[in-house]
Amino acid sequence: MSDLKLRKLDLSRLPGGRRWVISVPYAWLLVFFLLPFIIVAKISFATAELAIPPYSAMFEWVNNALTIRLNLDSYLWLFSDDIYIHAYWNSIRIAFNSTVLCLLVGYPMAYAIAKAPARVQATLLLLILLPSWTSFLIRVYAWMGLLSNSGIINSFLMWLGVIGDPIQMLNTDFAVYIGVVYAYLPFMILPLYANLVKHDPTLLEAANDLGARKWTTFFRITLPLSKNGIIAGSMLVFIPVVGEYVIPELLGGAETVMIGKVLWQEFFNNRDWPVASALAVLMILILIVPIILFHRYQSKELNS
Amino acid sequence: MAISAGARRQQNEMEHQQRGSETLLSIEGISKYFDDALAVDNVSLDIRKGEIFALLGASGSGKSTLLRMMAGFEVPTEGRIILDGEDITWQPPYQRQINMMFQSYALFPHMTVEQNVAFGLRQDKLARDVIAERVQRMLKLVHMEKYARRKPHQLSGGQRQRVALARSLAKQPKLLLLDEPMGALDKKLRTEMQLEVVDILENVGVTCVMVTHDQEEAMTMADRIAIMDEGYIQQVGSPVDVYESPVNRMVAEFIGSVNLFEGEIIADEGDHMRLHCADLEREIYIGHGVSSSAEDLAMLYALRPEKTWLSLQQPEGDTNWSSGIVHDIAYLGGHSVYHVRLPSGKIVQCFLANTERRAERPTWDDEVYIHWSDDSGVVIRP
Repeated sequence: MSDLKLRKLDLSRLPGGRRWVISVPYAWLLVFFLLPFIIVAKISFATAELAIPPYSAMFEWVNNALTIRLNLDSYLWLFSDDIYIHAYWNSIRIAFNSTVLCLLVGYPMAYAIAKAPARVQATLLLLILLPSWTSFLIRVYAWMGLLSNSGIINSFLMWLGVIGDPIQMLNTDFAVYIGVVYAYLPFMILPLYANLVKHDPTLLEAANDLGARKWTTFFRITLPLSKNGIIAGSMLVFIPVVGEYVIPELLGGAETVMIGKVLWQEFFNNRDWPVASALAVLMILILIVPIILFHRYQSKELNS
Repeated sequence: MAISAGARRQQNEMEHQQRGSETLLSIEGISKYFDDALAVDNVSLDIRKGEIFALLGASGSGKSTLLRMMAGFEVPTEGRIILDGEDITWQPPYQRQINMMFQSYALFPHMTVEQNVAFGLRQDKLARDVIAERVQRMLKLVHMEKYARRKPHQLSGGQRQRVALARSLAKQPKLLLLDEPMGALDKKLRTEMQLEVVDILENVGVTCVMVTHDQEEAMTMADRIAIMDEGYIQQVGSPVDVYESPVNRMVAEFIGSVNLFEGEIIADEGDHMRLHCADLEREIYIGHGVSSSAEDLAMLYALRPEKTWLSLQQPEGDTNWSSGIVHDIAYLGGHSVYHVRLPSGKIVQCFLANTERRAERPTWDDEVYIHWSDDSGVVIRP
């Protein structure tokens, strides 16, 4: 509902003070998101050069003629080589699977916290957030120590005699999933908790009273009512994971090619800024389309 | 409208007698502790088939806990609940043939009106067309057919209540529970809905237990009322019983306004009795006797303000009146409430019906006389 209202908000109609307060976040988004994006988009239409900056200019003023050169080479290049499509597909697949895993792990946790007595809820939430107070990098490194062939898990299992040779866990998709789910779980749990804690318990009693048992009540009442929490949490996990670089780099193997890694290589190894920018622009387009479609659907549902 | 409700009640009473007051729900010695706090204290009640029964009490009186035990949301610490001969004390809510209309209505916000009403029927795995037919009938009953496709947030408070009522009646429960049914409505709508809900319940013929803190609501809607206080049932009876013959001070004070005089029996003759009150200059003469034992001569005399008269002239006779000074007047339109200060300092309430538009009435600081008849008040054991 609030998104809808925000969209219809006409800044000029608000009293002076409020207009300024609201314009601050808009200005922030303009300066730090829209402008950089326009710059990236501009670079994506250039050609790579050995210069500083390492790409050709878009606008040229020669002999009183303004030439605008939109070079689509970088975009065509992305489709000419399998590796990019493969990387996009891989990123989306991993992000999707991790989102589902986060949801499966996070939903029961969020549910349990929301149902816990009010005085322990704050503590439980703190426990969810506590790991993120240490550096992200250190936590991912810690997983390397746990998952590597000579790591704690393999050593322990070998000491127990359950396995003879270490299981290859590090540098696999499995390790990437572990890292991603571990790192992004709070982003799933928090919106889910915020949603679930607001549910009116008398609705469950009403369902119970009308003949629904526990699981029916959950699937017919609680789950549909937490839809917005599920969507918010899933977006918060899915979108950053698509562009995730650190986790696949440290925990993934050679075959775990995600778009973040390819971006890095294009920028720093190949120094091909236009191709890297084109990769980034395309990624944003891929992410933005489902979000817009979802918003459409949501506002339609609200208006019905 | 009020007359029709009264006539209905009388008719009900007669039907009960004819049917021999068949009991539908028996509550046998129910107690409920929350940790160490006693919420419901050894309550026994019989609810008759087809009646509307009200549990009336202030908040914290245990009436809601008692209702929740009937619904199955709480399990009694002691005692049994028998529905139509079956012990349901330990039955979970989803197995009981009892449905409840919640104070907040608890409509499912993500479902349409239709889906809300159908919810209970779908749990029973009824055929699709049976459900559709029953939902239509229920919506028609509460005059909500036009709103079948709406979501709860698109309805007004009164409409939501109608949907909630339809939903709780859809499964044709043996017993319907209403938790503060008018609690979420504004006053004007409340009086309208009270009579309409009674009509609907009457139409369906369902037995109903309602919880309310609003005595007017209980008296308008219910055939019988149980007055609860501190987890304990103080009195059960028809609205007339509990108002006109309260059994104790709590009931007398809880229902309506009352003037209470502490007094002592000085004569108890069988056909009449006399009370002496420290607050009154004259004795109270009562047109009947009470069977009192010699030890408890101390009594309470409960006198409703509308059963007194106010006059500027000294009444005849030497009992059942007192002089006083008008201390305060509250003009309420239909009647005025006079607060009269007796010579003893006690303040007594007296209603004066405003039958004429502009009449000479006693005003502030006037010397007045308050008087009443032999059978105006009730003698209560303190």
